[in-house]
Amino acid sequence: MNRFATTPLVQAKLRQEALASYAALGMLVCILLPLFGMVGDLVWQAAPSLTWQFLTTAPTHGMREGGVRPAFIGTLYLVTISLAVATPIGVLAAVYLTEYAQDTWFNRAVNIAVLNLAGVPSIVHALFGLGAFVYAAQLGYSILSASLTLAIMTMPVIIASTREALLSVPRSYREACWNLGASRWQTIRAIVLPNALSGILTGVILQVSRAAGETAPIMFTGAVFYKAIQPGTLLPYALDEQCMALSMHLYTLSTQTPGVAASIPNATAVLLLGLVFLVNSAAIGLRTFLRSRGK
Amino acid sequence: MWRRWRKLKEAFIEALIRLCGISATIFVVGIFLFVCREAFPLRHNPDFHLTEFFLSIQWYPTSEITKRYGVLAMIAGTFSVTLLSMLMAAPLGLGAAIYISEFCAPRPREILKVLVELLAAIPSVVWGFAGLTITSRLIVRFTSADVGVNLLNGAVLLALMSVPIIVSLAEDAFKAVPDSYREAAIALGATRWQTTWRVLLPAARNGLTAAVLLGFGRAIGETMAVLMASGHAITIPHSVLDPVRTLTANIAAELGEAPAESTHYQVLFLTGVLLFLITFVVNLSAGLVIRRERRS
Repeated sequence: MNRFATTPLVQAKLRQEALASYAALGMLVCILLPLFGMVGDLVWQAAPSLTWQFLTTAPTHGMREGGVRPAFIGTLYLVTISLAVATPIGVLAAVYLTEYAQDTWFNRAVNIAVLNLAGVPSIVHALFGLGAFVYAAQLGYSILSASLTLAIMTMPVIIASTREALLSVPRSYREACWNLGASRWQTIRAIVLPNALSGILTGVILQVSRAAGETAPIMFTGAVFYKAIQPGTLLPYALDEQCMALSMHLYTLSTQTPGVAASIPNATAVLLLGLVFLVNSAAIGLRTFLRSRGK
Repeated sequence: MWRRWRKLKEAFIEALIRLCGISATIFVVGIFLFVCREAFPLRHNPDFHLTEFFLSIQWYPTSEITKRYGVLAMIAGTFSVTLLSMLMAAPLGLGAAIYISEFCAPRPREILKVLVELLAAIPSVVWGFAGLTITSRLIVRFTSADVGVNLLNGAVLLALMSVPIIVSLAEDAFKAVPDSYREAAIALGATRWQTTWRVLLPAARNGLTAAVLLGFGRAIGETMAVLMASGHAITIPHSVLDPVRTLTANIAAELGEAPAESTHYQVLFLTGVLLFLITFVVNLSAGLVIRRERRS
């Protein structure tokens, strides 16, 4: 008789193992199936409108026809300006938290504040933007107000990934630089930041994707239903004007525009999703490349 | 001379770094103060009573004769949608995290993580749109509901939105359990499932709690998806097929129509204060749980 024959006990154990494995896999499928289902359905419904003209023409006939050019350009505006504001502050904040801060109660409070800033509901950010930028700072309903609100909202993304990147720079690099007589800031500028650059870039890319998709914070601070812009110009908006944005456009098309052909909001959703996925894939690609280089 | 200038420059840059370092704190406190400031005049307002705000389900902010500012129905809406979504998201998220971190081979694992990350990247307005067009259709077909935009729809969307956070944080929590634990369990003859159930789950308990709490915090604060997909009726829901309105959706729907400085506008800001406090407590407890785990 084979000494290693599986006993009923072992068989039960293996059955249980297989069952558990399939159950866990099933749960994962439950999560990922809607992703594919949704993207597939959106693309299928959007197919008639997905043309190059959709991107390059303005909406016409009360948004029931035409494209999304003003909204697309508005989103680019909002993302660029919020990026320009959030990146330096976020990166320096992460530098402070990793390179300067000691473990005191104050810095623990700062850490908790970062976690909480990431958790503040987007609509509360909108209220803050309305109270602080639109009224108190008297920027009015403008691209500037909306971008600043977005910048504050997306800053935790940059802080978190920059921090991770800075922490992954080995301590010995810094020590070597200090031993050469470099000061703290010289070390950070010459050694730490260049070595963490790619991780920081990943955070910046993720910030772009987050800012492009947000709706609530810009809804009350600077985005409008419709705004006619000069055709043909590349920079049609001024910073103190209101603008259209893709996310806002999708919201108004799907809830407040009766009689619009189904393919137009679907195509807007696909465009927004495509933009976000493209940007995220860039971040993921960058990260994979860096990991493979690091090995 | 040159040296002194360099020192000055260093001091300036360090001050700048310190300022940016505490900026997150400034913003959090600033957000709270600004939102409070706009709501503050309510204190002296004869039309507004704090007990009515919390305990009444009557919300008639624009009525000509009897203005009522009760948000109880919205509080009930927020919590019913969020809790239902967590009932779906927490087990699914933990199960998926167990599969990714314990049962999966390394190569598919990377692909699955990327997919979960893409799921997390979908903007909330796109979820809301999918709720209007896809899930509402499914709900009408498979349940007895006449209208597809309701509590169930909102909860499904919120579950899908908060699941990626739960998966990635729970996976981190499993990864943080030392491999020696797994090896010890396997050496005793435990299968992978037994190891997960008896060893890893208890060991990663704090991290998993924090993951679910942060998912919960995300779901409470979510605005666009519930605004578009949960039906907008200001009532206390009796079944999962009833339409509801959440605190966030209420602000988003009415802020545009409330004139600045009016009582309606101030009450909406007060709702914002309430939301801020709820998410603050949830995130703070998640932060404390994570901290406790790091220390032990």
